[in-house]
Amino acid sequence: MLFEALTFQLGYNATLVTIGATLLGVAAGITGTFLFLRKRALVSDAISHATLPGVGLAFILMVLLGGDGRNLAGLLLGSAVSAGLGLLCVSWLTRATRLGEDAAIGAVLSVFFGIGIVLLTVIQTMSSGRQAGLEGFLLGSTAGMLFSDAVLIACGGAVVLALVAWLQRPMILVAFDPEYAASAGVNTARIDLAMMGLVLAVTVVGLKIVGLILIIALLIIPPVAARFWTERAGLVALIAGGIGGVSGWLGAGISASAPDLPTGPIIVLVAFAVFAISLLVSPGRGVLAAVLRYLAFQRRVHLRQGLLALAQGQPIYEKMTLRLLQRAGLVRPDGVPTEAGRARASKAMRDEARWDVVRRAEEWTGAAALYDGLREIESVLTPDQITEIDRMIGGPKVAT
Amino acid sequence: MSPLELVDEKWNEQGAESALSVRGMTVSYGESPAVFSVDATVPAGSMTAIVGPNGAGKSTFLKAVLGIVTPLSGTVTVFGRPLAEARENIAYVPQRASVDWDFPVRVIDVVLMGLYRELGLLGRLRKADRARAIDCLSRVGMDGFAERQIGQLSGGQQQRVFLARALAQDADLYVLDEPFAGVDAATERAIISVLKELRAEGRTVVAVHHDLSTVAEYFDRVMMINVRKIAEGDVGEAFTPETLQATYGGRLATTQIDQLTVPA
Amino acid sequence: MSGTEFVPLSLTPLLIGVLSAMTCALPGNFLLLRRQALIGDAISHVVLPGIVAAFLVTGVVTALPMMFGAAGAAVVAVVLIEAVRRLGRIEPGAAMGVVFTAMFAAGVLLLEQSDTSAVHLDVDHALYGNLESLIWLDATGWGSLLDLEALAGLPPELGRVAVALVAVALFVWVFWRALKISTFDEAFAATMGVRVNLLGVALVIVAAVAAVAAFDAVGSILVIAMFICPPAAARLMTNRLEHQVAWSMVFAALSATLGYVFAGYGPLWFGAQDAVSAAGMIAAVSGAILGLAALFGPHRKRSGAPVDA
Repeated sequence: MLFEALTFQLGYNATLVTIGATLLGVAAGITGTFLFLRKRALVSDAISHATLPGVGLAFILMVLLGGDGRNLAGLLLGSAVSAGLGLLCVSWLTRATRLGEDAAIGAVLSVFFGIGIVLLTVIQTMSSGRQAGLEGFLLGSTAGMLFSDAVLIACGGAVVLALVAWLQRPMILVAFDPEYAASAGVNTARIDLAMMGLVLAVTVVGLKIVGLILIIALLIIPPVAARFWTERAGLVALIAGGIGGVSGWLGAGISASAPDLPTGPIIVLVAFAVFAISLLVSPGRGVLAAVLRYLAFQRRVHLRQGLLALAQGQPIYEKMTLRLLQRAGLVRPDGVPTEAGRARASKAMRDEARWDVVRRAEEWTGAAALYDGLREIESVLTPDQITEIDRMIGGPKVAT
Repeated sequence: MSPLELVDEKWNEQGAESALSVRGMTVSYGESPAVFSVDATVPAGSMTAIVGPNGAGKSTFLKAVLGIVTPLSGTVTVFGRPLAEARENIAYVPQRASVDWDFPVRVIDVVLMGLYRELGLLGRLRKADRARAIDCLSRVGMDGFAERQIGQLSGGQQQRVFLARALAQDADLYVLDEPFAGVDAATERAIISVLKELRAEGRTVVAVHHDLSTVAEYFDRVMMINVRKIAEGDVGEAFTPETLQATYGGRLATTQIDQLTVPA
Repeated sequence: MSGTEFVPLSLTPLLIGVLSAMTCALPGNFLLLRRQALIGDAISHVVLPGIVAAFLVTGVVTALPMMFGAAGAAVVAVVLIEAVRRLGRIEPGAAMGVVFTAMFAAGVLLLEQSDTSAVHLDVDHALYGNLESLIWLDATGWGSLLDLEALAGLPPELGRVAVALVAVALFVWVFWRALKISTFDEAFAATMGVRVNLLGVALVIVAAVAAVAAFDAVGSILVIAMFICPPAAARLMTNRLEHQVAWSMVFAALSATLGYVFAGYGPLWFGAQDAVSAAGMIAAVSGAILGLAALFGPHRKRSGAPVDA
């Protein structure tokens, strides 16, 4: 079943939904990257919740005009309008009052959602009486979807992706370094607006598949996961697009392969699994790597401090320092330095004296700035330079 | 001269008489130490400036000393007691920019925060407490501003309110982070005269200071930090062209340094 | 309107709405000032998975396990957010977004997978509340307020939210001074011996308790309106914390009352027959109050000199 779903053999609708979810995932991942790099990830939360009243109003309007309230294109148009309005409210509240963006986002998302729910209850009691099925927009629902809706979603995903590809270059520039972008002649305000427009488009296209509460996960999780694998903005966007696409494809496929597996949550959980793996095992920023590096760093600090204390004949207060020195064979269990310990200690002391010379000399300002207590002086200066410094210091100083 | 020879050994031996004693303090935010293996001994009743270039770990050192950030290693004693037992002896004046001045409180409310330790969670605020807060405000020349919302103050006025809050604590050790940063000349005079009053009362003052030209005029001791401690001692002995060069490296021209230090 | 109709059908939902709104708005004041308004958002989203998990573990839908489930989920969410933020060096907004959407998705999935159709636990209820159904069938009129037998038939949600309000108010009262100092200046508070991290976690747990208590009335998404809108509107009315909290209580009670009335009777004024969602209307009214405060509030603008002056 799963294999058929993933290889697009489960009927037209399921295939179209899977294709749509994949395209949407790629578009959301890339768009979300810019939002994330601009530190405005949760603006998408306000946008997505603010779609609900638009969906409701569009339904009511279409029924009042004598049409079919469930026309997906009409509903999505309505959701886009009210989400845009919500976005305007967020920026108005932040600009016109002392409230922060977080409060503005929270207020807009909850109030718009509340109004949306009021409208849903109005629709439930409308004289047309038909079950509107609009609740599907909350959590997404791909079951019993019309063929035309599936086509619309697949096409919508393709269009959003095309737009993202078209706008990618200036958006990377703005997200990475807005001031440089402005000086290079990019209209940052317009790019920001375009970015919000794309977020809005992703949200609207994703409403039917993922639902408005979970669509923000597709905008946030892939970029955050991608961030663990690279330091370059352009690559973050590409990887995020990949993660988003895989999540959409796998999620929609898994969901189609069995009943009781709602599409939205499955897609989100697949994305989260990718995130969790990235958080744990990515080589640069991953937790595992960071813990190992931190432990090694802590050992270096304690060893170095211990050596300096030995060199000056000071008592060592910290148990961890003593333990490490002992394990390295630098002190005996009673705290007295061994031969090797004395040698290492006087080397450490001599390096400090060398650094001291480096700091005082104007021609070595660059090298002096690299001093952090741990860096080996040999990694900064050539052997010739060190010899020269040693000549300035004079004879070796031995620990007292 | 090795940096460690500049340490005034006399103070190291008199741990009990020192207001603040720090041993082997190392702090790191990432994987490079911001402060490395710093020892410090501040004698009671002295006024010490902590100087060093930007990003040299001065504020981080203070925060670690006060237990606001957790150091990688290091021990702190205050008036001969461990930090945890001596907290009521310490008044801390954070950097002005570290708080949100849009917070909905009045000037007097901020000063009354200095009484938290005495009042506890539910202790009643008495008339005498308010009078004491007003008195602290008048010491910094801000008694006319008690009812103002803090967001309406200028930068210098905000700094004076912070100092008044510390005065309300009636502590023995005053620790200030850049008290003169971005304040007007009147505020600078007001603050330094209050700090000198504190010293005259036998209290100890430690301040991160960024203006090298006033170190000798304002303080009697200096501690120079650039990740490591470069020098510590009386201004006349420790604040020399050599130590300045060692602290600031090539960033400070020699001619400038000669103007800053008092000829011995 | 006569007591015989009002007391059994409207008094208890109205009271529950008002108390829920106040319970959430009270800790909301501190979340707002700590720039953690969206922690309220995260908490409200993870209430659902918490309750589902509690149901799956205990097999019953009763108040206490639900409370624990939701409070536990809130703590798990906050710990995860902090972990992602610190370990992954991810900015707080994005960390929040990752954690609460994933937990919410897990909650929905669990709900769909488990057989909860027999019990009163469905997504709609969880999302937008059930205020209208919390009626007092044993009441016959105002006299029932003195009738012990009728009082025994009060909806249990009323007692629960009243206890929650008292608990939240007690927390804020006892820790008022510590909350105020640590919210304004955390580093200074730490030097004064305030356990700032512990207090921060306690505030989140209190907010979670408020969210669960209000959950019955307004649903898990709309509690965020009560966390944020009344305190935000109150902040624009005054420059003193004490007054801000008082204003927020007034706005919360006003939102709940007006929202309930508009939802129940508003449609009649327009000639429609049926009521609309009270929870949604309460959120809408709180938004309208915030809008008015943003337009006309005496302290709506930032005051005085900029920080760098």
